Amino acid sequence: MATTSIRIVGVGGQGIVLASNLIGEVALAAGLDVKKAEVHGMSQRGGSVTCDVRFGEKVFSPLAAPGEVDLIIAFERMEALRNLPALKPEGLIVVNRQSIAPSTVTAGMATYPPDVDEQLRQQAKRLVFVDGPRIAAELGDPRVINSAVLGAASCHLPFSLEQWEEAFHARLKNKGVEVNLQAFRRGRSEAESVEIESPDLQTA
Amino acid sequence: MADSAIAAARRLLSGNEAIARGAWEAGVKVASGYPGTPSTEILENLARYPDVYCEWAPNEKVSMEVAAGASFGGVRALATMKHVGVNVAADPLLTLAYTGVRGGVVFISADDPGMHSSQNEQDNRHYGRMASIPVLEPSDSQEAYEFTKLAFELSERFDTPVMIRTTTRIAHSAGPVQTGERSVPPLRPFERDPGKFVMIPAHARRRHGAVLERERLLKEFAEEDSINRIEWDLLDIGIVCSGIAYQYVKEAYPEASVFKLGMTWPLPERKLMSFASEVKRVVVVEELDPFLETELRAMGIPCAGKELIPREGELDPGIVRAALMGEPLAPRVPPDLPARPPVLCPGCPHRGVFWVLNRMRAIVPGDIGCYTLGALPPLSSLDICISMGASVGSAIGMERARSPEDDRPMVAVIGDSTFVHSGISGLIDAVYNRTKVTLVILDNKTTAMTGGQDHPATGRTLMGQSAPVLDLVRLCEAIGVGYVRRVDPLNLEETRSAIEEGLKHPGPAVIVAESPCALQADVRDEILVVDTEDCTACQLCFRLGCPALSGSAEDARNGRSCASIDPLLCRGCSLCEQMCPRHAIHRAGEDPHGGNHRGEE
Repeated sequence: MATTSIRIVGVGGQGIVLASNLIGEVALAAGLDVKKAEVHGMSQRGGSVTCDVRFGEKVFSPLAAPGEVDLIIAFERMEALRNLPALKPEGLIVVNRQSIAPSTVTAGMATYPPDVDEQLRQQAKRLVFVDGPRIAAELGDPRVINSAVLGAASCHLPFSLEQWEEAFHARLKNKGVEVNLQAFRRGRSEAESVEIESPDLQTA
Repeated sequence: MADSAIAAARRLLSGNEAIARGAWEAGVKVASGYPGTPSTEILENLARYPDVYCEWAPNEKVSMEVAAGASFGGVRALATMKHVGVNVAADPLLTLAYTGVRGGVVFISADDPGMHSSQNEQDNRHYGRMASIPVLEPSDSQEAYEFTKLAFELSERFDTPVMIRTTTRIAHSAGPVQTGERSVPPLRPFERDPGKFVMIPAHARRRHGAVLERERLLKEFAEEDSINRIEWDLLDIGIVCSGIAYQYVKEAYPEASVFKLGMTWPLPERKLMSFASEVKRVVVVEELDPFLETELRAMGIPCAGKELIPREGELDPGIVRAALMGEPLAPRVPPDLPARPPVLCPGCPHRGVFWVLNRMRAIVPGDIGCYTLGALPPLSSLDICISMGASVGSAIGMERARSPEDDRPMVAVIGDSTFVHSGISGLIDAVYNRTKVTLVILDNKTTAMTGGQDHPATGRTLMGQSAPVLDLVRLCEAIGVGYVRRVDPLNLEETRSAIEEGLKHPGPAVIVAESPCALQADVRDEILVVDTEDCTACQLCFRLGCPALSGSAEDARNGRSCASIDPLLCRGCSLCEQMCPRHAIHRAGEDPHGGNHRGEE
């Protein structure tokens, strides 16, 4: 099995590290080698955050090489765009429908691009949107957006729902595991039923 | 820690978790450190295991000394710190290198290439050469675990402290680790041995000879032990590497012959020369300084290194591949998007102080912590940041340097944990030498930047016990500071007037701005809302740099967005309410036009 490289991107505080832990856990339980890279400290204070998870038969580097990421899971729209150069040309990007204005925008020093989705469509060959905030709102817990987004991404990863459920139980240790799993399942089933957006398909 | 977490198993562990596990299995009995990214989680994890005393020391020098004492007292001891922490601990370290040990001493230097959360990217392998002590560099979590256990053995076998040097990509990367059982060596109670433990010149001269002989023996170990291994493949190229660079090399050029150094001081000269003689060309792939490269050249081994591999910042598989293949590195132009720098959290009490300092246009010598973010726009209220504790000393120098005509207010800021770490000495200097400094201690009752660790002024220990609270106000008074006030930084008026009064005081003045870290506080006040009828869209509140405040999508005045407060992010700190010139911001539960309004008593 060739190494699969996933990059999770977003804003500090969005639950990116937890999502990466769950992917690492599910891959390890499946008997695969896993490496995972994250950054703590300064970058967690509302700044751009990236976290790499790689799994396969034998994984060396915890960091993926730029341009060689198979799957980007973006918790925030503009961070999706920022990290798109890391994606393989045929790679897939799963984007959470959430925009968070950075301090530079709020302070009036920059403008949040109004056409992020269009730019993503132009630049990414394979693209899936997931409405994490809506799913979380329907479940009445804004903290489970990350699980919904991970659920949507999970249908593009080689693990069964049962394997994911075990990973949630192992990592969350009963702390909100049920509502997180509900969000995960909903994200997963919604993503299963949507077609991957691809310019090739759209023009066909 | 639950028994299931202690049992031997194959687990996904970060490098830091793996080091904690390795130290515990090696029978470590005493562990001391100061929080610092990327080292912090080692002690946080070790403290969860049974039968080991773990503590946060006020600074790294103390933690190194605690480890030394525990070793002399006959047990295995661990000290943990980030790379710049080793500078603080260097004084005891370089003489501990002379005394040697009784129980094994291992210390962790967690380096931060790329400066994810640091003020410099110094390469601490140099300390190994300077102190003549062994340096082990794990390349993943499994090795972090194994090398930690080995380090304790080496420490006792060779009578030396041992440094384990990690980097952010080892410390904060996770991989599978097969763990084992704990085994504690018997206690060897202290026995007097002045020639070894009392480093007066006569004894130290003899010990220096012992240090050099030890280094010779360690070099022999490095030649023979499998910690330094050769992975033969194509003979066109032989790559010498260590740590995370090894993983990048394997990823980028799997066909190359590789000399993987697990021990990067002292170096196995004969083994390296023989490797070099078998391959067509030698390339050294290492992050930061040309440490190995310089040594190889000194051995007379022709090699390439820093002409191919950048000396600044982190490496990654892409950089290493381009260097080894002789390809130009694809330019990494960041997409033209608004930057997203880290910011002070919503409800952060530091914001109140920085707002006041911003309005005063003060010169602000600052320090190391979350509050260093006060330097960034829109608050832009921190002017100097050098090292832990440097705010006070640099303020003294600035004060002594400036002309009498310069009447700009100068207010130094330092966090509570940083003040205890090494700010106190600077303050004693100011009092002793009668230098006018005004210092705000940003007392949020935790070591916030590293994730909220306790310290001597929080009333709790790393092991979860209650502790005497170091009273910062009484401490400053005892030092001899003539003006000491405690204020609530979330009260802008109180904070402003205390700082202004402090500036007027003829001698050193300290304002303790006390309010718990927004991430640590359990209770959150009632949130605030914007009354869009009263909001004139002046956007002055945006200058607080609060992530909860942004432009409203619905309401605007004259083409400018009104303010809007994100109810999920707002902590109810009320700074925006206090500074809004139109009184357009109020508590969600209050009716601004009813009788319950603060401005309408």
